[in-house]
Amino acid sequence: MSTPNAPVADEKAVPRGNPFRSLNFSGRFWIALVLVVGVILLGLAGYVYPTGPGEKVASLYDPPGAGLPLGSDNFGHDVLAVLMAGTRTSLIIGLVAGIVATVIGVIVGLVAGYIGGWFEELLMGATNVVLAIPSIIVLILISISLPQSSVWSLAVVIGITSWPWTARAVRAQASSVATREHIDVARLSGARLPGILLRDVLPYILSYTVMAFVLQVAGAILAESALSMLGLGPSGANSLGIQLHWALAFQAVGGGAWWAFLPPTIVLTLVSFGFLLLQSSLDEVFNPRLRRGKRKQMKQAAARRAEEARLLAEQTARTVQGPAGAPRGKELA
Amino acid sequence: MIETPEMITRSRTEREVLLSCANVTKEFSVAGGTVVAVDDVSLEFPEASVLAVVGESGSGKSTLARMLLRLMPVTSGTIAFRGQDVTSLSGKGLRDYWSEVQAVFQDPFASFNQFFTVGSLLRRSLALARIPSDEADALIEECLGYVDMRPRDVLHKFPHQMSGGQRQRIMIARALMMRPKVLLADEATSMLDATLRVNVLNVLHDLRSELGLTVLFITHDIGQACYLADRVAVMERGRVVERGSTEEVIFAPQAEYTRRLLSDVPDLRGSLRT
Repeated sequence: MSTPNAPVADEKAVPRGNPFRSLNFSGRFWIALVLVVGVILLGLAGYVYPTGPGEKVASLYDPPGAGLPLGSDNFGHDVLAVLMAGTRTSLIIGLVAGIVATVIGVIVGLVAGYIGGWFEELLMGATNVVLAIPSIIVLILISISLPQSSVWSLAVVIGITSWPWTARAVRAQASSVATREHIDVARLSGARLPGILLRDVLPYILSYTVMAFVLQVAGAILAESALSMLGLGPSGANSLGIQLHWALAFQAVGGGAWWAFLPPTIVLTLVSFGFLLLQSSLDEVFNPRLRRGKRKQMKQAAARRAEEARLLAEQTARTVQGPAGAPRGKELA
Repeated sequence: MIETPEMITRSRTEREVLLSCANVTKEFSVAGGTVVAVDDVSLEFPEASVLAVVGESGSGKSTLARMLLRLMPVTSGTIAFRGQDVTSLSGKGLRDYWSEVQAVFQDPFASFNQFFTVGSLLRRSLALARIPSDEADALIEECLGYVDMRPRDVLHKFPHQMSGGQRQRIMIARALMMRPKVLLADEATSMLDATLRVNVLNVLHDLRSELGLTVLFITHDIGQACYLADRVAVMERGRVVERGSTEEVIFAPQAEYTRRLLSDVPDLRGSLRT
């Protein structure tokens, strides 16, 4: 790795016009952001929506119509109100499970990757064992064995079954950072293990961690809906999966009551698509080599330069030829 | 089996030995066997002198440096500081060792944590410096003073806002924060251009005379070793082939390898010679 020795001290002297400009957010990023923010707003809208999710306002599967934008479900509740509450629950579960999984995964991965040796083998062996067990089975078993399944306990359970992927990704990055020179300098400065991990290793892999977190959130939302659809969801709460569960249980699909199962399905699709798109566009932000669109800009710039060079060459050719207009090629030949 | 040449020792020093290593060996296991990076090296570092270790790339200089710094375990052999065995120190003992033996590394950019300012880099060393907190600022100012820098100019700066020479001088200031007895410079000047190189060499030279610092200068450049060092040790493929005072080793080399190294030094007058 070579680094130029040229001073860059004047970098501060020129204020950057727009700090976000240099981050090069792509169109994909903005689409992903709109999707995710839209779903979050849908969840928050439940606080101002006049009908509560538990209010009985109609009878079984009333179609969309006056006062009921998305009809009613099997309990006679307003589907839109239930959808808003369910979205909120799903987002909370995704966020909490994502945080739990990321924290465990980052700690295991950092320690294993930095310390290395037999300790790394041990931790990664344990991680691979957890990874090899199908997490949905573990989830089902833990959910059944919990006496009272709440939103929070479900989120934590999902979190502690999904950390191994993050641990593996973080370990790979951490073991590469651990061999860099600034780690030696930190050790010589008397830094201890937690300080080195937090200040010298974690910042260098933070972008990966953020991306892994976004993936974990999307994965947790899907895991929750899968569990809830099987009837193992949080009791006494609304979630997108529970909505699907009741729609299945009360024959909404067979009975043609599309408004009971399509809205939660669409929201689930949008939210997981949004998060996955956010993850891949963040990858582009953090990793300049993956940037798209840039290539087009570079091509345009190259074409512009080529055009300027051509004009300049024509101009010089004219002046060199002079008034006599003798072709320059012959002179050279 | 190839006969390994014996180490040629030209003269010994009368000064007291501060840091020494005896029969230090480092083997790395690679696919299909082991590579001996450092092979049975014994060296002494006398107090308040500059010792240069010279050798081409891959001769094991940096591995030896990392073992002397206790950043890497030895395969066999012992390292002693002030007569005490420090080969297997850990925890607090190791941090005590590091408050006496410090280092500056090759790459002035990779040595920095790019997310933190110079100020936080230097303040991190205060735990090892063992001084009352109200003297911290004075110590930082003093150490920056040795490398001709002022706190208000550099403390707020991030590594990318400084030149390579400035960064390397900051690294020297950091190493001085603990008031060490030994400073190990591992190719500390090889990524700097010529004027900055002389600047850093002069800083190292002044430190020896002002603070009585023992400098261990590791380089592939025999010219720099000649400029700075009192004593020189020449390494070839993990072994020390010749050692002695600078005059003896550089101006009257005896080992075949030293002669070859010297013949590769570019000669300004004969630069067009083929």
